[in-house]
Parts: sequence; C-alpha cells; structure tokens
Amino acid sequence: MTRPARNDPHPADPTDPGPASATHSADPADPDPASAAGSTGTADADEPPAGGSFAGYFLRKLGGAATSMILVIVLGFFAFRMLPGDPVLKIAKERPMSPAQIAELRSQYGLDKPVIVQFWDYLVGIVTGDLGESYVYRKTVSSLIVEYLGPTLLLTGTAALIAIAMGLWLGQLSAWRRNSLFDKLASSTSLIFWSVPTFWLGLILLMIFGGTLQWLPTGGMITPGLDPWSAAGIIDVIKHLILPVVSLVVVVYAQFLMIMRASLIEEMSEDYLTTARAKGLTEDEVRRRHAVPNALLPTVTVVFLHIGGLIAGAVTVEAVFSWPGLGKLTFEAIRGPDLPLLQGTFVVFSAIIIVMNLAADLVYRFLDPRVRRA
Amino acid sequence: MSANTPAEAAPGPPDRDPRERGAAIDGAKLVRERRLNNAKKNWALFRSDVPALLGALVLLFFVVIALAAPLIAPAAMLDVTKQLDAPRYAPPSLEHPLGTDGLGRELWVRILWGARVSILVGVAATVMSMVIGTIMGLAAGHFSGLFGGLIMRVIDFFIVLPSLLLAIVLSSVLERGVFTIVIAIGLTSWASTARIVRSQTLSVESRLYIERARILGAGHRHILFRHLLPAVMPLVLANTTLTVGGAIIAESTLSFLGLGDTSKESWGTILKNSMDVSAATSGYWWYVLTPGIAILLVVLAFTMVGRALEAIINPALRSR
Repeated sequence: MTRPARNDPHPADPTDPGPASATHSADPADPDPASAAGSTGTADADEPPAGGSFAGYFLRKLGGAATSMILVIVLGFFAFRMLPGDPVLKIAKERPMSPAQIAELRSQYGLDKPVIVQFWDYLVGIVTGDLGESYVYRKTVSSLIVEYLGPTLLLTGTAALIAIAMGLWLGQLSAWRRNSLFDKLASSTSLIFWSVPTFWLGLILLMIFGGTLQWLPTGGMITPGLDPWSAAGIIDVIKHLILPVVSLVVVVYAQFLMIMRASLIEEMSEDYLTTARAKGLTEDEVRRRHAVPNALLPTVTVVFLHIGGLIAGAVTVEAVFSWPGLGKLTFEAIRGPDLPLLQGTFVVFSAIIIVMNLAADLVYRFLDPRVRRA
Repeated sequence: MSANTPAEAAPGPPDRDPRERGAAIDGAKLVRERRLNNAKKNWALFRSDVPALLGALVLLFFVVIALAAPLIAPAAMLDVTKQLDAPRYAPPSLEHPLGTDGLGRELWVRILWGARVSILVGVAATVMSMVIGTIMGLAAGHFSGLFGGLIMRVIDFFIVLPSLLLAIVLSSVLERGVFTIVIAIGLTSWASTARIVRSQTLSVESRLYIERARILGAGHRHILFRHLLPAVMPLVLANTTLTVGGAIIAESTLSFLGLGDTSKESWGTILKNSMDVSAATSGYWWYVLTPGIAILLVVLAFTMVGRALEAIINPALRSR
C-alpha cells in the first residue's frame, strides 16, 4: 500500500493486464511445463496473496530466510555430530591412528563434551566467525573460506550472468517462433544438455580444448608467477575461466531457456497482445514491449532459485578444472575427510543461496506491480 | 466445476463413490469399461509420441542388460587380478569394443555392471523421494494452520537449498555404500514433488465431493487416503519418471566426488576413476566418453517417457 505509484519497470506498456490472475499457470494442477526440466519455483498461483505493506512483506521474507538459516546451522551441527557413524572413528578408519591420537582428535573437535555444550560452542563459533580448524590444511576454516570465496564468486557470477542472458534471450525467441526449426533445435538441445552431469560436460570440454587442441589451460585460475592485476594476468585468468564457465552455463542456460519459453507461451494467448497488435505495433514490438516483460516476471524467481543449482554445479566443475574456489575446497574436504571444513563450506554455501533467494523475492516485489500493490 | 466432473478428470476419486458401488453390477461394469477405454486412449497417445517410444526402448535395453549382466559378462571379468595380460588403455577396437581402462578391464563390462547400480539407485532414490514428497505435499495442502504452515516452511527450505549440497553432507557422514547414496538423494530431493502434490491437493480440496465427504463426517484419514491420494497419484507417477533422470545424475555426481561405494561399479565411479588417471588430458577419450553417453541416454530416455506420461495425464500440456 505504501507504493501505490505504478512506476512500471516497462513504461512502454500501457496495456499491462494489471491484476489479471492468469499470468501464472492458472491451473494449479499444472506442474508448470518447466518442471520437465526439473525446475522448482515459488511463483505458483496458489501462493497466498502478498498482503500488507512492503515493510511487512520484507519482514516476512526476512523471517523466512532467517528460519532457513537457522535450519542450516542446526543441520550443520547435527548432521556432523549426531548421525550414526562417529566422525572421529571414521577418520581413524581411513588413516591409521593410535588410541591416544583418537582421544586427542576427540578433544580437538570438542567431542568429549556434552552435546549441549558442543552445540553452544558451535553457535558461538558461527556468530564470531570461528568455524573450527581444518584437519587437512591445518588452518582455520574461516580463513580458508575467505581465501577461496572470491574465485567461486567470479566463476558462478560470470556463469550466472551469461546463462541468464542466453537462456532468457533464446527462450523468448524460441517461444515466439514456437514449433519452428529454431524452437525445435533450441528445445531439443536444452533437453540434451539437461540430461548430462555438469562434471561430465566439463571433462569433455577439458578433453577437447585442453587436452587435444591445447587451446586453453586445463586447470587452475592463473599461471603461477603472473600478477593477476596486470593486463597479461587478467587475460590469463579469462583464459582459465572460459572452460569452467562454459560447462556451468551449458547445463543451466538450458533450464532458463525452458522456463522462459514456457512462461512466454503462457503469455502469448493473452488478450492484451491482440490489443497491442490492433494498435499497429509490429510483431517484434509486441514481443519486446508487451509479451516479454510480462513473461519475465514469473521467470525471475525461478531463475534465482536455479542459481542455487549453479552453485552446487560449481562443486564438481571446480573439482574438474582445479579452480581454487569453495567447490574445490568442498571436494578436498570430502577426500580428506575433513569434516570441520565440509561443515564450514556447507554453511557458507547455504548462506549464499539463502541470501540470493531473499534477493529474488525482493526483486520480484519490485518488478511485479501486482505483487507490489497488493 | 460442479459435481459432474469433466471427462478429463483423473479417473480415481469419483469411481470410489459409494453410490456407484451401491448400484451393483451395472455401475461397476461402466466404470471398468471407462477405465479400459481410457487406458486404450492413453496408450494410443503414448504410441504416437515417437521420442517417448524411443525412450521406452532405450530404457528396456538398459534394464535388460543390467539384469543380465552376470550372464553376459561374469563378475570375474571385473577382477583386476585376472586382467594382468590384458592391454591397458586399449582404444576401442574389434577386440575391445569400448576400449579398456588403466587396469586392463573392458569398459563395456564396467558399463554393463555400472548400469545395475546407477539405475537401481536412480529408481530407489526416486521412490523414496516420491513417498516423502507425496506425504509432505498432501499434509501441506490438506492441513491448514500452524501444522500446515510448519510443513510449508520445511518444504520451502528444501526447495531453496540445492539437494546436492545436503546429499554431499549426508553421504559423507554416513557409512559409504549404495544404500547411503539412495538415502542421501531420496531425503534431499523430494521438495519439488511436494510442491506439485501440494498444488494438486489444494485444487482437489476445493472440489465438491471432498466437501460432501467432510459433511458426511469423513475424518482426515478418510479424506487423505480415499480422496486426495488417488487424485494426486497420476501426477506423482508421471513426475516419478521425470525424477529418475535427476536421481541418476545425482548418483553419478556423488560417486564422482568419491562418495559412492568404491567396491561397486557405477557410471559415476567409472568417471571418477577416469579423472583420477586424468584420462581427459591423457587422450583416453573412450574412458571419459562412454560412461557419460550411457548416463545421457538413460536420463534422456526417462525424461522423454516422463514428458509423454505427463502430457497424457495433463491434457493442458498437450497443446504446447
């Protein structure tokens, strides 16, 4: 109610359907076609109408995100301490250890204290940024995460931008020329890309461009000895970035394409498009100025949700290309097994995803005048 | 939108109507005929979908070779100690159809045995995730108030967090093994099913026959299991087929990360081994290519069949 002004994100759109309810799949039984690509989304029609002011909406979403974060933190604790299989014994099994070493490890992890005390220590640790010490690296988990966070953000951020731009662009073209050769090609390639594991695609790219053709480096982020801020260093980083980004993009853009395509097809039977055509707009203008902006709305949330998947994909891709990021750190932690490190990367990854998701909810609120005004 | 539900409605609930049971043989016969006709119509629809038919054939092929693996290629062919004379990293040839790995094992034998674990894990994890998803979705759609809201929050949580992250955590804490992988995938991938089931439950809940049942004194259990469950089942089944593909990819990813059962062949394990010897940069292309193509084929096949089933169940999708 506090934002009655319709500062429409697409001002060239006088025929915006307004509170038409048909934008989202009107039939709740319809698992939106994008679900064929394993999509998940919160933008379904049965979502309770967003009521109240923006502050109320914001607080509710913030509360939701906070609950998720608490769940992650609790899960991060209990998964590593309460599940069958003593973590220390597990480590002891994979590397020879004397009973004294086991006892020392136990006290190092604080496992000799009562569970409640351990939980409290863990909570205090999380709040103060102390996530324990890595068993393999012999460094604090927090310092490792800080060190490896940048490369992961560079990799997933680049991949997300390209995948979103490509997926949305191709998706709307493909929907607009539904059943054309272009649409069939786009849809079937995305189905194929969706059916392969991300890491395998990475291996194939590595094999062709890194191994056989030797056009691009096979791993790492920068050639050792180069200054990353010099011109040569930046070009070198970009060269290292190409293959991992392409592997991430190819798998994810396909999902974005399917979502955008389904969303625009939903929009295409709307009356306001007929109105727009009757006004004498060309097909291109109808698509660009009317159909696409409306189809974008439900897509945005779903796209943001998939960024979580992108981050998960980064784990394997970073492992394949030895990209020095959180994914590789997770991979090393699994190999260790380095449970404090794994717990740390789990909590941090989850936190990133929850924040992204909160951002999606807020962006959605700004983009969609109906949600905004409701 | 009244009691005389249109013909495309799921064949489940209205048939269970006691009125029809009461009308003795005629009613029952009618129902049987209608079901038979529906089945015929659906089969015709499925048959006309070429990709889905191809998918079904591919699935049949892989299931048969997985079941017959011990007959086609005795387990001894995987025993490293018996492959001492076999050539290592032999590229595909007439003698070694898919090439050999670094220990002299035939890749086609490993793919064959790997099919067992990969498909089994895919299907078992899907079944588990479907059961959890259906229960949670039904509960979230049926119960309102605090309980329903609580379940919704749990579903939201699992939708937001990528299941792979949770699965990594679970499978690295639990004992390594095929069963662990099934649990890790099943426990973490049910949220999208729950969401779909919830939507369907909400739409069915508003139908008059549910209200009628409630007025007649039906309890939660009766409504949930006699009315809602049959109404969401078709959707769940179509979704199952689509989910298996995702579960197979998840299995291969976990195995690739080294969380699988190393004593058993699976397509992910083969890919992990290939990376351990840097097959991709050493020119052993067959070692990288074949397991991935097997995954691609099976996942694609499941997706094709799933989409066809979904289109049959949900006519609204057909026009697309």
